Amino acid sequence: MLLEIRNLHVSVEGKPILRGIDLAVAAGEVHAIMGPNGSGKSTLANVLAGREGYEVTGGEVLYRGRNLLEMPPEERAREGIFLAFQYPVEVPGVSNIYLLKAAVNAVRKHRGLPELDAMDFLKLVREKLRLVQMDEQFLYRSVNEGFSGGEKKRNEVLQMAVLEPTLGILDETDSGLDIDALRIVSEGVNSLRSPERAFLVVTHYQRLLNYIVPDRVHVLAGGRIIRSGDRTLALELEERGYGWLLDEAARGQAAGQAAS
Amino acid sequence: MSSSSQHNIEALLKRRYDAGFVTEVEQETVPPGLNEDVIRLISAKKNEPGFLLEWRLKAYRHWLTMEEPRWAHVRYQPIDYQAISYYAAPKQKKDRPKSLDEVDPKLLETYEKLGIPLREQEMLAGVAVDAVFDSVSVATTFKEKLAEHGIIFCSFSEAVQNHPELVEKYLGSVVPYTDNFFAALNSAVFSDGSFVYVPPGVRCPMELSTYFRINAANTGQFERTLIIADEGSYVSYLEGCTAPMRDENQLHAAVVELVALEGAEIKYSTVQNWYPGDEEGRGGIYNFVTKRGACRGRRAKISWTQVETGSAITWKYPSVILEGDESVGEFYSVALTNNCQQADTGTKMVHIGKNTRSTIISKGISAGRGQNAYRGLVRIARSAEGARNYTQCDSLLIGDRCGAHTFPYIEVRNRTAQVEHEATTSKISEDQLFYLMQRGLAAEDAVSMIVNGFCKEVFKELPMEFAVEAQKLLGVSLEGAVG
Repeated sequence: MLLEIRNLHVSVEGKPILRGIDLAVAAGEVHAIMGPNGSGKSTLANVLAGREGYEVTGGEVLYRGRNLLEMPPEERAREGIFLAFQYPVEVPGVSNIYLLKAAVNAVRKHRGLPELDAMDFLKLVREKLRLVQMDEQFLYRSVNEGFSGGEKKRNEVLQMAVLEPTLGILDETDSGLDIDALRIVSEGVNSLRSPERAFLVVTHYQRLLNYIVPDRVHVLAGGRIIRSGDRTLALELEERGYGWLLDEAARGQAAGQAAS
Repeated sequence: MSSSSQHNIEALLKRRYDAGFVTEVEQETVPPGLNEDVIRLISAKKNEPGFLLEWRLKAYRHWLTMEEPRWAHVRYQPIDYQAISYYAAPKQKKDRPKSLDEVDPKLLETYEKLGIPLREQEMLAGVAVDAVFDSVSVATTFKEKLAEHGIIFCSFSEAVQNHPELVEKYLGSVVPYTDNFFAALNSAVFSDGSFVYVPPGVRCPMELSTYFRINAANTGQFERTLIIADEGSYVSYLEGCTAPMRDENQLHAAVVELVALEGAEIKYSTVQNWYPGDEEGRGGIYNFVTKRGACRGRRAKISWTQVETGSAITWKYPSVILEGDESVGEFYSVALTNNCQQADTGTKMVHIGKNTRSTIISKGISAGRGQNAYRGLVRIARSAEGARNYTQCDSLLIGDRCGAHTFPYIEVRNRTAQVEHEATTSKISEDQLFYLMQRGLAAEDAVSMIVNGFCKEVFKELPMEFAVEAQKLLGVSLEGAVG
């Protein structure tokens, strides 16, 4: 199993957000994490990437059999975990290409590979630029500075394409995208799908899943996965909303408590 | 920002000072103390003509009437000027080595260790170096090659001997000895420095540079640099500075004068890495420096670029007096203060000629308990019809115990002038750090990348070799264990 999350509990400033997540993702699979606002979707994405400010109060996460939670964020990145941010930050004065090169070489160094020389690197990046339909000029602009929402998300996918992660986590990558940008971003992601690579797609809407077709869909609510299914679950949610699932979950929980 | 990441960032800032070693050489030092006899002694050692000794004595007498300035946003214990030795030089077999072969190998080794090989075949092609060790210049490279173009590049002492007429004409013409307390002190006791003269219409074919090294303990360094760019000439000049790590503070009070005649351009770049003191603020250099250039003719241009990462205290305002019509002044600055460092730095742009233009880009980075002040004056005289200034002051704060301060002074006496001032203050955010680390960068590389990005507008003004050096220096300054 590429990623195994077992009974994960996470609090933020003492407040429990994730309350027992179990999830197993095999290489080659795409899992969608859906759920209403405030259900803990972004928390899950951030905890996996190692952001500070999240306290793991229970459970464990294994990535390729190793304890992921012990690894510092940069090591997770170098081991192949990539988070496409919901809100990519601006880094003034640092060009896209400079960051990409530093990132690629940090990963290569970790893997015992020599640094890419300028020519090979440029060749690689140009190839990936086509994937997200971006102009080369884009490389010389400061990271995310003055980018439109769509450009920021495309830039995330570009970085992902260049870094070729083993586990790609997309945190609401569809939010704020018009239909054309959504298609470009999705095609970028789809082209990266491979038997060795898995994706965790965090989204609020089923719309994205028309383009990136998931193998499994999980519904997160109140910090727990309350339902898992195949892609038809997403379509059902699209039609019926989250309300009925939440009611069902509440009833199930009440019944469980009554029984015990 | 969470307290743990705060801690991380601060741990990152623990700096390593690579240039902190001491060279064991036999020194010739004048006993501590300052009086007219000491000044006569310095002047005699250098075999100076009468006019120079007189000038020194006038400066000394004037200095006695002056008070140390207190207006800068810096704090330090009073300096005992009688406890400082005003002259230190490595002992040499002869008066002055004729070639590098006669220079003490230990001195050559010192500069090699600092990354400044003085043997011409080993150095960067295209950069000529004057190496100043404590009070004297130990070697100047590529002198002959420059002489073919009529360019004079030598130590100040040599210029006094070989070109006294140029020295007499220009010395003190931009920074008079009455200018300020530290400039007066320097004028009285200055020992060496660099001298450059570029004849009319000559474009200097290589970068000229001076590398200043303080080595001796308990001495002050008072160098004086004079650069004259005659009509229509061009020169790019670089200076670098380092000093050993010592627990006592050492005074460095230099004066730099630039003169650009009609149509001439001087580009002056500094990477200042004097010893900054330790984490508790023990030791370090007091860098009290007066730098000023005069654009004496039409369309003259003077551009200052400085990267200030060292010194316990930095007090300097590289300035431009824009006398000629359409002359241009520029000031690009990066000042980093970490631990207990204090910097009060900026510029003065004095517009006198018509349609004169000036640009000021200042980037202050404060970390640890560092205090960083930008102090800048833009003065538009009544005569400066159509003058323009653009000022941009950005401050970056790392951690919550440091300070950034901005003191802009703007005096406009001509209605046609346009003066713009922009200022920003920002912090390195946890979001930026996490973003870069999520892409595989170590925390310290991430901080370094953010800081370098912040300084980009200034770094792009530096000559190539120096830009790389400056980036490395900021990297080292921000290096340390991740907490």
